[in-house]
Amino acid sequence: MITVQNLTKTYQMGDVQVNALNGVSFEINKGEFVALMGPSGSGKSTMMNLLGCLDTPTSGTYTLDGNQVSQLDDVELSAVRAQKLGFIFQQYNLLPRQSALRNVELPLIYRGIPGSERHTRAAAALDIVGMGDRMEHRPNELSGGQQQRVAIARALSGSPSVILADEPTGALDTKTSAEIMSILQRLNREQGLTVVLVTHEHDVAAYAERVLTMRDGELVSDQKQTPR
Amino acid sequence: MATNTAILETRARNAPSSAEIVFAPLEGSGSVSWSEIARTAFDSLMANRVRSFLTMLGVIIGVASVVALMALGEGASKSITSQIESIGTNLLFISPGQLNNGGPGQGNVAAQTLSMDDYEAIKALNLPINGVAPSVQNVGTLVAPAADKNVSIVGTTPAYFTLNNLTLNSGMLFDETQTQDGASVIVLGSNVARDLFGNGQAVGQIVRLNGQPLRVIGVLEKKGGGGFGSTDDNAYMPITYVQQRFANMRTADGNKYRVSSLTLSVTDSKDISGVQGRISALLRERHHLASDGTNDDFSILSQDSILGTLNTITSLLTAFLAAVAGISLLVGGIGIMNIMLVSVSERTREIGLRKAVGARGQDILLQFLVEAVVLSLTGGLLGLALGFLIATAVTFSGLIIASVTPLSVALAVGFAIAVGLFFGIYPAQRAAKLNPIDALRYE
Ligand SMILES: Nc1ncnc2c1ncn2[C@@H]1O[C@H](COP(=O)(O)OP(=O)(O)O)[C@@H](O)[C@H]1O
Ligand SMILES: [Mg+2]
Repeated sequence: MITVQNLTKTYQMGDVQVNALNGVSFEINKGEFVALMGPSGSGKSTMMNLLGCLDTPTSGTYTLDGNQVSQLDDVELSAVRAQKLGFIFQQYNLLPRQSALRNVELPLIYRGIPGSERHTRAAAALDIVGMGDRMEHRPNELSGGQQQRVAIARALSGSPSVILADEPTGALDTKTSAEIMSILQRLNREQGLTVVLVTHEHDVAAYAERVLTMRDGELVSDQKQTPR
Repeated sequence: MATNTAILETRARNAPSSAEIVFAPLEGSGSVSWSEIARTAFDSLMANRVRSFLTMLGVIIGVASVVALMALGEGASKSITSQIESIGTNLLFISPGQLNNGGPGQGNVAAQTLSMDDYEAIKALNLPINGVAPSVQNVGTLVAPAADKNVSIVGTTPAYFTLNNLTLNSGMLFDETQTQDGASVIVLGSNVARDLFGNGQAVGQIVRLNGQPLRVIGVLEKKGGGGFGSTDDNAYMPITYVQQRFANMRTADGNKYRVSSLTLSVTDSKDISGVQGRISALLRERHHLASDGTNDDFSILSQDSILGTLNTITSLLTAFLAAVAGISLLVGGIGIMNIMLVSVSERTREIGLRKAVGARGQDILLQFLVEAVVLSLTGGLLGLALGFLIATAVTFSGLIIASVTPLSVALAVGFAIAVGLFFGIYPAQRAAKLNPIDALRYE
């Protein structure tokens, strides 16, 4: 479902060129749970931004569900993000003045889903992550773990085929991290959702069935493992 | 984790489960509804209430002053119109000399080119008119037993009162015979009667003018109004008396009585220019002037042209003042632009997030544009209300009846929307062009 071939990304910093990605190729199948690891600065976030259609590669190709994403313009990329992808960020990125429910409705608003259906779907998504009884709470009334659950519900609400998570547990303690990871694992197993997540922590990567490791903008290993 | 699974399993027994709802196929229109855009705009403006209000203040003041000034202008022009119309209907004023350097209605005092013979000749033309009246103006001091007063003395004929809508309060007017004989009688304007006789009976009393006794035979109804000296301050006498007893009443060649003006009321308004043309032709022939009017020694003003001139002056003045007030609207617009730019940079992360979950550039553009327009339109409506209040207050004070016209309402609201769009577009474009990753990474 995801195929990247010879993907490169070069940032121009004044006179200096930074090769954040140096020709990366791999495939991810539907329903896989993949962890992307590597030292800081190895290009993981750059990779995730390309997979998430938030950025376009300098060269190489990216195919998502049979579509050549690297060829699309801004408006088409927005549509891909809205319909196929769900994002989870390290900093949750919830809208501070909006209720949990309204935060989860956000992707549905941009897809033009009418109010009542939007409400039902968002409430169901919050229920799945165990936040069904906190729908009217605002982010500042929730703990970090709870905020991240709301963020997962937001990523789910648009019924995506891939969840992309860039260090989703980076700001959480071990116990809360484990709760978040088990939600993602359950979604992967029960709903067949493809999950790609970036992490430094081996405890977190242990939930994945495949680990990709990057170094200096290159893919240095690709290992299958038995998830815990 | 155990509890979450439990929830899922409980729900699974009753249909449909949360997971079934979330992962059911999703069909949307693909574009954000207006109600959502409005709601988001409202939320973000309410989140910064004080700031939003202060931003609106510029527009409020601008719109309020435009609306109030236009209402005042409209009121002034209505009051001028009604004052001029109260003089009479379809009037023409013929005066000696050229008016190029004089104000309307004043005539050229030094010119002595219009005579009683001209008046007789015009009367003989058999024009389609209600009547024509000659008048000579002079000043004098009326001496009553209890008080004296400097007044404008108008020497004229009975027709003058009808043409100028002057009606009696008490007593009677002088008649044709008294006019021709130059009888020693006088009709007082209401202010003159009040100043000379207080609340007492004026009719029947004797007043003196230059030592000569005059019998007061009538007092006129109060006409009010103002501007160029009210008729209530005049005293009226038979024209022959004034011509015979006052100095300097002859035309330049010395053998005819002069008149200060001829007032004429045309029966049907469509004949006004025809009558004007025939009188001009007659006077040019009588005065041996060029028939193209290049050396005319008289002027003919119509009531309509006076009204037109005054209304032009009022509306020019109003437009000028409204334009000055409009500048504060412009300043208000710049305030909106400023605050929208601040808002865009404050909400960079929010914009990045919205884009990440599927918002297109145009969705973001519309969002910020609507916020700017909501600011300016709300300001415009509040300004309209304030302008209305000011106009009402002025009306209440009795100064002038200020009336807010539909045009000024439409103009104010239209301008407010235009200001929002014009000054909102740049910040909105900046927001729309933000790159989602840069925006998300923004601290
Ligand atoms: N917007 C950018 N401009 C310039 N250089 C960048 C930018 N984003 C990332 N980089 C550089 O690209 C390299 C990879 O960064 P990143 O993908 O964030 O690494 P990771 O997420 O693995 O820590 C780093 O050297 C980083 O400095
Ligand atoms: Mg990173």
